[in-house]
Amino acid sequence: MRKPKALIFEISRPGRQGYSLPTCDVPAKPLEQLLPEPLRRSAVPGLPELSETEVIRHFTELSTRNFGVDTGFYPLGSCTMKYNPKVNEETAALPGFAFLHPCQPEETAQGALELLYNMEQGLKELTGMERFTLQPAAGAHGELTGLMVIQAYHRSRGDLKRNKVLIPLSAHGTNPATVSMAGYEVVQIPCDERGLVDLEALKAAVDDTTSALMLTNPSTLGLFEEEIVEMAKAVHEAGGLLYYDGANMNAIMGYTRPGDMGFDVVHINIHKTFSTPHGGGGPGGGPVGVKERLVPFLPVPLVDKRGEGFTFNYDLPESIGKMHAFYGNFGVVVKAYTYLRMLGADGLKQASSDAVLNANYLMSLLKKTYHLPYDRTCKHEFVLSARPEKKKGAGAGDIAKALLDRGFHPPTVYFPLIVEEALMVEPTETESKETLDAFARTMEDIAREIDEDAEKIVHGPYHTVVGRLDEVRAARSPVLRWPSS
Amino acid sequence: MGGQHYLPLTGDDRQAMLKEIGTASVEDLFKDIPPAVRLKGELNMPPALSEMEALKHLTDLAQQNRHFQNATSFMGAGIYDHFIPSVIKHITGRSEFYTSYTPYQPEVSQGVLQAIFEYQTMVCQLTGMDVANASMYDGGTAVAEGAVMGCGATRRSKVLVSRSVSPFYRAVLKNYFHSRGLELEEIPLRDGCTDRHQLAAMLGDDIATVVLQQPNFFGLVENMSGLADLIHEHKAVFLVAADPISLGLLQTPAEYGADIVVGEGQCLGVPASFGGPVLGIMASREKFIRQMPGRIAGETVDSEGNRGFVLTLQTREQHIRREKAASNICSNEALVALAASVYLATMGSQGIREVAEQCLRKTNYAREQIRTLKGFNLTFPGINFKEFALTVPGDPTVLNRKLLEHNILGGVDISPFYPELENTMLFAFTEKRNKAEIDTLVRELEGWK
Repeated sequence: MRKPKALIFEISRPGRQGYSLPTCDVPAKPLEQLLPEPLRRSAVPGLPELSETEVIRHFTELSTRNFGVDTGFYPLGSCTMKYNPKVNEETAALPGFAFLHPCQPEETAQGALELLYNMEQGLKELTGMERFTLQPAAGAHGELTGLMVIQAYHRSRGDLKRNKVLIPLSAHGTNPATVSMAGYEVVQIPCDERGLVDLEALKAAVDDTTSALMLTNPSTLGLFEEEIVEMAKAVHEAGGLLYYDGANMNAIMGYTRPGDMGFDVVHINIHKTFSTPHGGGGPGGGPVGVKERLVPFLPVPLVDKRGEGFTFNYDLPESIGKMHAFYGNFGVVVKAYTYLRMLGADGLKQASSDAVLNANYLMSLLKKTYHLPYDRTCKHEFVLSARPEKKKGAGAGDIAKALLDRGFHPPTVYFPLIVEEALMVEPTETESKETLDAFARTMEDIAREIDEDAEKIVHGPYHTVVGRLDEVRAARSPVLRWPSS
Repeated sequence: MGGQHYLPLTGDDRQAMLKEIGTASVEDLFKDIPPAVRLKGELNMPPALSEMEALKHLTDLAQQNRHFQNATSFMGAGIYDHFIPSVIKHITGRSEFYTSYTPYQPEVSQGVLQAIFEYQTMVCQLTGMDVANASMYDGGTAVAEGAVMGCGATRRSKVLVSRSVSPFYRAVLKNYFHSRGLELEEIPLRDGCTDRHQLAAMLGDDIATVVLQQPNFFGLVENMSGLADLIHEHKAVFLVAADPISLGLLQTPAEYGADIVVGEGQCLGVPASFGGPVLGIMASREKFIRQMPGRIAGETVDSEGNRGFVLTLQTREQHIRREKAASNICSNEALVALAASVYLATMGSQGIREVAEQCLRKTNYAREQIRTLKGFNLTFPGINFKEFALTVPGDPTVLNRKLLEHNILGGVDISPFYPELENTMLFAFTEKRNKAEIDTLVRELEGWK
């Protein structure tokens, strides 16, 4: 299975050309007259030179060395790797969306503004918030936007000593990183034996320096924070606000809404819940919604309806300003809007319903073989611990590599941090029972193989284009470009 | 019900699965949601659409817009109508790429990882820098994060930014700085470029980063000579926001001594898409690598010694370092970076130079034609790369409306960002504009008023 692949620079040959441009038809002037030599680069940039055929073959071969949702089951916890409908790609590529300049006069972009407006209406209803900005380009970007809005709100009230943000230990790494970026201090809140936020610890931690609590609900353990009402009350009574990390929104659509749970700010990862693809790491989208009292602080511009038309509203004197040079990942919003309109209210609810059913079913199959530290009804995902297997010689990371050999993308490993040897499994609603059954059988096989010969698993994978890669070496002596010298 | 075709479970499946779980109904699985916060009734949303209806609805919306394919665009200001070779969408449309996640399992993600490694290399080749990351959200956030990098590297908290840097970028920078208590000061303009004397006077040992743009927001090629020495004398970091296409021809930031290079990569084969998704480029000298935000791919070997690629130096990143990370960035613009890679591979050294040269020649031609028109004045002297500022005899909105009657998407009105520049617009001329189109624009401008 091992299959070396040359770098594009290694197949480049001087003199080959992959482009065709028209002849420049304006009167020719000496270049020196237009751009004196000292302002020019001393040598050409050293980009590869290939024919179009070679460009296509190179990148096509690279694509075959990659696993996507279209390749197979991808139960990567917390990432919601659901099927990405093809119609999304079609709509975002419509010339009226793809070839639109962000500075065009509003009257020439009414269709785009209407789409943004409609999307906001849908997100408001789904989450129970007053208004949304679609500007954040990713979940973490949404988190930063949300915390900045919260900060501006406190500052506007002259409430300047709120310098702390509370985060449960189970939170995504982006949460604490965002808190630092917004100039706040992190206060970690432990989880109790149920895997839920320790309510008493939370109550003890809130005070008049609390700016906000950032919470993912259901949590990264896939568990619904049942005491959310009490948690919200405790934070609000201390004058703090509640931030909802919408990474796990796929579990609750049509069942409950962050706004109704008491959250003041929410971001949604539209590349997860709304099926716009992940693109090998991006682009994503992280729209942020807020309750009424926070609306004045949202980034500009908002999209308003005026009469029959739509307009950008920059008239928000207390706005935090801009988070993105323009309006965020509009093309991704087009895909999310397509998904929203195709599913409708009942389709979204059914998606969450099947996502939760699939997760509980797979959990019930896998807990027969693997340790399930928090054995209770889960939402869209659940977390196993490979601690027993680790003791036999092969841990979560090794199980992941064994899955690669068997045609599956592994679950998220070693996260959340509160579970040792974590395997975080999120099947999503777009997978069939047969797929789940096959995955469960494979996981059982791996467990058996670990019993028999853990050493063999530790040296996997065997059937991928490269073997297990040395990540330590990559970090210790970094080679970050070609040529390495 | 909508979206049935994405949901494979049958009624029988659901029953069998509930039986395995040991519960009677799906509703039981939601019993942990307290009644007080349960949604009463149904969400109020428009009825679900079939695929055919959705396509019709979205097409109807799209058709309300004017765009680069039904009008001739002279809009720039950071987003441009460059030619996009056909190969790009055929590669980014490979679903092994676009339906994958961040390559955390490298053995089944060699495609994306090698593409990122090649992208990093090409960005280094263009800018002359040593290292590049896998992408930022856009040019604006790349400028902001780059300026923060300088603060981290110098342990200082004040940044100077030229007023010739895009106001769109400065808005993001201001916002990023305000919340974390960092200081920002603007360097005044002189003839549309950074005032070098003012810069020298403002520099001090408290300055972390100096942020300039090349070519600047007005399309002018700034005189960068000697600036690096001046900035480095105070041990400050020199950051340049560069147009990647211009680097086919212009002196590289490395050649004039910059430390960090950022930029907007939309011009590298990426549709404008109303300003996003686009591509934040970020590269630097090697010594800043630990402060660099975002993902970086690195070369390594597998268990048998074969070359392979992984995400590396992850101790800079949020999922490892949490509150001590260089940035919170997680999702980036990977697929857009792939598009830029395919573009650069397709164009090669010669192609990128030819695109740059055509931009320069066409912009110069347009400038020479328009400068003779009565009532129109070039706002600034100097060398313009692919756009220039033009002071027009009247309201830019009215002018653009008139141009639109002739299927022309006119210039970007920049007066709102520079109160001292009344009735001033930016007109951009990429390799896509031909002489006839430029002549038409000139004629319509001439006939105005």
